[in-house]
Amino acid sequence: MSGFRQDIQATIPALRRYARALTRDAEIADDLVQDTLVRALRSEHLFHGGDIRSWLYTILTNLNRNRLRSLARRPALRPIEDSDLPDSSGPEAGGRDIERALAALVEDQRVALLLVVLEGLSYREVAEVQGVPIGTVMSRLARARAQIRAYLDGERPALRRVK
Amino acid sequence: MVDREPSVGEEELHAYVDGQIAGDERAVVEKWLESHPEDAARVAAWRAQADAIRARYGAAAGETLPRRFDLTKLARANRRWPRLAAAVVLLAFLVGGSAGWFGRGAWEGAGPARVVTVEAFEAHRLYIAEVRHPIEVKAGESHLNRWLSRRVGYEMPTPNLDAFGLKLLGGRLLPGNAGRPAALYMYEGPTGERFTIYSRRDQAPQTALRYRAAGPVGSVFWVEDEAAFVVSGPADRARLQKVAEAVYEQVETRQQTGSLLRMMSDARGVRK
Repeated sequence: MSGFRQDIQATIPALRRYARALTRDAEIADDLVQDTLVRALRSEHLFHGGDIRSWLYTILTNLNRNRLRSLARRPALRPIEDSDLPDSSGPEAGGRDIERALAALVEDQRVALLLVVLEGLSYREVAEVQGVPIGTVMSRLARARAQIRAYLDGERPALRRVK
Repeated sequence: MVDREPSVGEEELHAYVDGQIAGDERAVVEKWLESHPEDAARVAAWRAQADAIRARYGAAAGETLPRRFDLTKLARANRRWPRLAAAVVLLAFLVGGSAGWFGRGAWEGAGPARVVTVEAFEAHRLYIAEVRHPIEVKAGESHLNRWLSRRVGYEMPTPNLDAFGLKLLGGRLLPGNAGRPAALYMYEGPTGERFTIYSRRDQAPQTALRYRAAGPVGSVFWVEDEAAFVVSGPADRARLQKVAEAVYEQVETRQQTGSLLRMMSDARGVRK
């Protein structure tokens, strides 16, 4: 296997994790990863060095944006897990809370936050993936964090009371 | 005291939480947090968020990789089908009458181009159950292909699936999404199992071959040259995939004309 492919191979687990958090749907996430891999393999000749990982994150992020754009033109179909089932107060509840809080973010903010906290990219790398200046990344990050905090503090008071 | 203390702004707080500053800069922020409880609370909240995100999704990276991510295979598929998956831009359709299928959960999430798959599924389920009239026009009749090609608006080949023991029974015309005519071909195997090929015009750029299953029925879907194809049959993934690949290859060789047009649309599709 070529070095190029080995590098891609090594990144697949991280891509799956990122896609899972980005879409909050395991099946859609793996579809995105597969499309990312197919696209990357096709574009080997277009890759002139640099960080393969950032490049793959960029492809995946763009593919997901296309997906969301098309969804926006469709009637809303909410996945079953998204419907407001009564929350249990087990450890699951915390996971669902963060999931909902992420879902409530604007896509660009979600991308910035996930690339930083989940994928451990530097601000500069995130700026490259998103194609924006670092200052924009910082403000996306700040808004994402403020909004999640407000969401977790405010919007689910019942859940917080029963701990 | 106050005038000696360097001021710490929000950006530094983020960089501190994200481990993007080191050494002296970290020490400065830490000192600042001791005397600024509101900022300390923010930092704690951000850390808790990051922990929750990692706790919720971190494990996804440790899961066993499914075989669909086999790079050697994906690359081989690329070579064999050079224009497949040139772009994955999704369909924008109204779901309309297909809501029943979406309600079942199998198609939740509204991923790529599932509308045509849902149509194909419905046609498949409806007509494979027909014992006496599964088709409108029998395989032997010479006008079958001409008729269906004319109605769907492109050359509609009838793939030969003898290698799988599948015999073409014939075809029929169906109303697809937004009134687009759709062609349905039905094949039958030695033990009576039925496979269908559903095809109609579709504006979406190429996609990779996608497998989906709902209960006993599985399907493989792709878009090529503004035509969508869905091969459906019993949900035996390995076999269905082989059948679909055979269909793909035969469709492909029949459609060599117009390649310039395709390349142009590829070029458009590749840009995000």
